[in-house]
Amino acid sequence: MNIAQAYLKPEEKAVFLLRSLYRSFGYLPYKMSKFEEYDLYMRHKEFLKSDRIITFNDADGKLMALKPDVTLSIVKNGENQPGGKQKVCYNENVYRVSPSTHQFREILQTGLECIGDVDLYDLYEVLDLAVKSLAMLSEDFILSVSHVGILTGLFEAWQVPGKAQAGLVKCISEKNIHEMGPICDEFGLSDRAREGMMLLPALDGELLPTLKALENHLEGEMAKAAWDELYALANLFRGSEYENKIRLNLSLVDDMKYYNGLVFKGYLAGIWESVLSGGRYDTLPQHMGRKAGAVGFAVYMDLLENLPGRERESDVDVLLLYPQGAEPAVVAGKVRELQAEGKTVSAQKIIPEKLRYKTLCCLEGEEKA
Amino acid sequence: MINVALPKGRLGEKVYKLFAAAGYECPELLEDSRKLIFENAEKGIRYFWVKPSDVSIYVERGAADMGVAGKDILLEYEPEVYEMLDLGFGKCRMAVAGYKDFYDDGSRTLRVATKFTNITKNYYASKGREIDIIKLNGSIELAPILSLSDVIVDIVETGTTLKENNLDVLETVVPISARLIVNKASYTFKTAAISEIVRQIKEQVTQND
Repeated sequence: MNIAQAYLKPEEKAVFLLRSLYRSFGYLPYKMSKFEEYDLYMRHKEFLKSDRIITFNDADGKLMALKPDVTLSIVKNGENQPGGKQKVCYNENVYRVSPSTHQFREILQTGLECIGDVDLYDLYEVLDLAVKSLAMLSEDFILSVSHVGILTGLFEAWQVPGKAQAGLVKCISEKNIHEMGPICDEFGLSDRAREGMMLLPALDGELLPTLKALENHLEGEMAKAAWDELYALANLFRGSEYENKIRLNLSLVDDMKYYNGLVFKGYLAGIWESVLSGGRYDTLPQHMGRKAGAVGFAVYMDLLENLPGRERESDVDVLLLYPQGAEPAVVAGKVRELQAEGKTVSAQKIIPEKLRYKTLCCLEGEEKA
Repeated sequence: MINVALPKGRLGEKVYKLFAAAGYECPELLEDSRKLIFENAEKGIRYFWVKPSDVSIYVERGAADMGVAGKDILLEYEPEVYEMLDLGFGKCRMAVAGYKDFYDDGSRTLRVATKFTNITKNYYASKGREIDIIKLNGSIELAPILSLSDVIVDIVETGTTLKENNLDVLETVVPISARLIVNKASYTFKTAAISEIVRQIKEQVTQND
């Protein structure tokens, strides 16, 4: 099958490009059913973005759900192999409630998962594939990264009580420094914790320099280990063509229940929200009884509709007008002739009201621009 | 170019004066004209007026890089934006109000009339109190007077309207003021320009304190 790339929408092109990228790194395509047993989501609901799920009764009365998430199904169906890794990529629809309209939406996701004995190379590979995915979608992109262990470690070192953490995490995710003070006062946090905490939202910039700026404020083993991991990853990207496209943003903390290590979001210029989201999520496979780590990401293909520059100036190259009673073979011959010149053709008897065309061609007349 | 959504009305004019004092002036904005968008190309800034409750939508959806919205709107709609500054004006509070002698003995579902259903739901959920929310779009104070509800949750500035109707503030839910909000993707791509505006505005706010 030969598909002319020019006729594909950006999101359709992206599906092909991304799949070939992931396949080239050995990620095998994973096809799953549209439905899962509802019970799967109820048992692991803390790992879902929303607990609102479309359910229905299967023919045998079993309660089923339209998939709100892909990762749960992949992790559930994988097998443990000590030291081994399951590397899969997918292109699937999920059904979620839109936060803005509060209605269910079908969202096409493309992504990959690496589950098993995850090491630093795997983190680098997944991060590299995330960067390359964004680069394939647009020249103007940024990948923001962070590490959940930094904040978790600092909370531990600063002895921040559990009850204060939720409010502080929300403030950090909103870069809201002005509401941190009252929370620190309410829970009697030390001046050291207060000052350190207020620095975090402002740490947003190029990866290596911003990591260096963070280094002096680190406290505790956990935060330092998380920093070391990010620093090692930053060094692996040193000198690469995408080095300046990766930024540290310590406000990436809104999914702390799901992710436990590296976390990242990808942005394309002209699209108002992140089109790629991912990170390390060891707690999910462990919650499902697998002795495995996991890292992966998803690209939200529906958002690619909003990429600038996709507006076409015309619907077809040529509007071919033929008269009532024209010989079908003559019309077909003219259509073939124009197509052979690489043009798209719409054969019509009258000029349709809403069809935009570059050239009008009358079968028994002159061609007009 | 940085796009700024300003809330129509007195609050918006105050916000513009703050931006102008910070060096991002655009004098034609205050002229009486039918223009919708006002630009100072030299300063790299473009303003437009929108309904106050729509500012967060313009910013969340990236039509505006930044804007100014009340904390009440941010708590009610929970937009995915950065809330970078408390501008310290437009101060009021979200409060539970009712008859001064109203006593909630907890024996039955509390009927609460409000425009702010999300704030109300979250506030009473945090207290573990079961409520029946009655969504109204205006004249909220009428609800307890006509026994439509036991209490109301609404914005209180001076409390004069409440007092004139024999009502009073029973509990403060949260203090409210104007906040400078920024779109997350815009901040990622235009960090330097947006950070500079935020820094200049913060300087003005500190001077005004």
